[in-house]
Amino acid sequence: MEILGLLSDGFLLAMQPLNLLLIIVGVTLGLFIGAMPGLGSVNGVAILLPITFLVPPNSAIIFLAAIYYGAMYGGAISSITLGIPGASTAVATTFDGRPLAMKGRASLALVTAAVASFIGGTVSNIFFTAFAPPLASVALSFGNPEIFALMLLAFATFVGLGGDDIPKTIFSICIGLVFAAVGYDEISGAPRLIFFDISGFLHGINFLVLAIGVYGIGEMLWTIDSTRGKITSTEAKFSIKGVTADAKEALQRGWKGTTIGSLIGFFVGILPAAGATPGSLMSYGVAKMLSKNPKDYGQGHPDGVAAPEAANNSASTGSMLPMLTLGIPGSPTTAILLGGMVIWGLTPGPRLFVDQSEFVWGLIGSFYVSNFFALVVNLAFIPVFIWMLRMPFTILAPMIFVLSVVGGYAATRDMHDVWLMLIFGIGAFFLRKLDYPVAPAVLAIVLGPIAEPTLRQSLLLSSGDPMIFLNRPIAGPITVIAVILILLPLFKFGWNKFKKSGGTQPAQQG
Amino acid sequence: MRRGEIITAGILALLSIYMMYKSTELEIGYISGEGPGGGAWPFWLSAIMLICTVFIAINWARRTSPPSQSTEPMLDSYGMKMLFLVGGGIAAFIGLSSIISMYGGIFVFLVYYLRFLGRHSWALTMTLATSVPIIFFFFFEALMRITLPKGWSFTEPLFNWLNNFIY
Repeated sequence: MEILGLLSDGFLLAMQPLNLLLIIVGVTLGLFIGAMPGLGSVNGVAILLPITFLVPPNSAIIFLAAIYYGAMYGGAISSITLGIPGASTAVATTFDGRPLAMKGRASLALVTAAVASFIGGTVSNIFFTAFAPPLASVALSFGNPEIFALMLLAFATFVGLGGDDIPKTIFSICIGLVFAAVGYDEISGAPRLIFFDISGFLHGINFLVLAIGVYGIGEMLWTIDSTRGKITSTEAKFSIKGVTADAKEALQRGWKGTTIGSLIGFFVGILPAAGATPGSLMSYGVAKMLSKNPKDYGQGHPDGVAAPEAANNSASTGSMLPMLTLGIPGSPTTAILLGGMVIWGLTPGPRLFVDQSEFVWGLIGSFYVSNFFALVVNLAFIPVFIWMLRMPFTILAPMIFVLSVVGGYAATRDMHDVWLMLIFGIGAFFLRKLDYPVAPAVLAIVLGPIAEPTLRQSLLLSSGDPMIFLNRPIAGPITVIAVILILLPLFKFGWNKFKKSGGTQPAQQG
Repeated sequence: MRRGEIITAGILALLSIYMMYKSTELEIGYISGEGPGGGAWPFWLSAIMLICTVFIAINWARRTSPPSQSTEPMLDSYGMKMLFLVGGGIAAFIGLSSIISMYGGIFVFLVYYLRFLGRHSWALTMTLATSVPIIFFFFFEALMRITLPKGWSFTEPLFNWLNNFIY
């Protein structure tokens, strides 16, 4: 009952005129950002974070969370009408969304995506409301070893479950952590890692400089290079009557996918390395596996649109859970949100629920409100978004570059950082071409300032004995899981080798 | 792509060694009563980075990673041209911001991109190239109170005139 009381207070805060306005603007911007190929929630949040300093911190984070929500809805629009996912989270939506559009049922596909997204978002919000307070109260007893063990777990999930090249993933994590260490050593106060003795490094490398460089410049260069600027749109006709009929059909033919996506999405979203993209792909796979007619998938089945769309919305809320309760982001977007909260003087983690209860519940309330408005704005303005998708990339791209440069400067007000951002952007473009995952680096630069002091203080506490991470009742199991996850690819490699050698022997004998 | 992977691994290995070297400017071992030295964290992380590049090189030699199997160039002629024109354009924009102000830089960059790369009409180009910096000026200077670079002194009269609308 106490939770319901706090939640209703949160609703009141979220419904304040300024917050409500920011939610509506945020979801609308998010829908557009999500719909544009090459842009996703992470790009939108990274590029727009510096301009949120205009409003109070509470409202700023509500605005950014609304963008995150809207982008999850928006990704489906381009997946269905263009056949190009607006964001990686909507890749699975193209599998059945595009065939539906090609059959002349683009409207049904878009409405199914919107309805499934709404249900996925609502289910995950309820889970969030139920799980967040108990998790935060458990986390209140965490000391430095437990916090470092959690950081290790966050990085380990990227290695064990990320699915990318292992040495490249570990490299990405480490370089992000080293970049976070640039500036002054917090304990001795001595300058550290001042590359080529350039004074601009004395104030450290702001996470936004890396995030905007990677997601604003690097990703846009990659999109221009990979799409060669050739993007074409499919027509979709809309009427109120048609939308109502489609919504009914979506519920009848897409309920299974929606249910599967809502549940899987939330729990996959909680995992730091996973997030909305694998959540949506996994939900699509499970929905297909459980279907009586799996052959219909890929031909334009509404369940095939509903499952990934419900999942990516559900996962976006799921990824907020570890960020707010433990201070560990569940996705690159939440990593940037976490960085933003630190800038605004809010320390994510269990203390937030005690010290900033009003803010936390206002934010949770805003999730529900954002979810509702994302549905309304999405359904009302689908034709407008489709029209906007026809905007030539040669207009959108320079606008993003301008926003990135200006945003990069506004974050630290130092031209050195703007140059650094360009270097990071071009570097990320090349690294992405070579399959280096860049998200772990962004996560690491945000978590680095928490990970290093907790490690050093833990080792000081134990007089240098690393067993402190294994001996303690909470840190121990977390560390063990982290180590298993780090070693998981090695086990897989060994197992595959063993299976291969077992399979070839009889053939040789025969 | 194959050659690109090994060259990149080599560059990243050199970067890792440089970071290890820079980390040794502070103590990298354990200091009794103080805990790990200030250089320990970045030093050992850079060492792990170096080890990773060795594994990347081994995977390259064994042709197990997708880029090491690829016969495509890392950047074809379109990619190279794009990087030169777009990346170079952004670099020029940032460089110009210190001379003709960031607002002036936005104007020049938008004209360059919209008209010469995008081949849009002069009417559209000039509408966007003039309206965007003006909107940004009032948004940042008036609303957010963030001063963007104003360049050399010759831009002063223009900004003094625009400031009349704010103050």
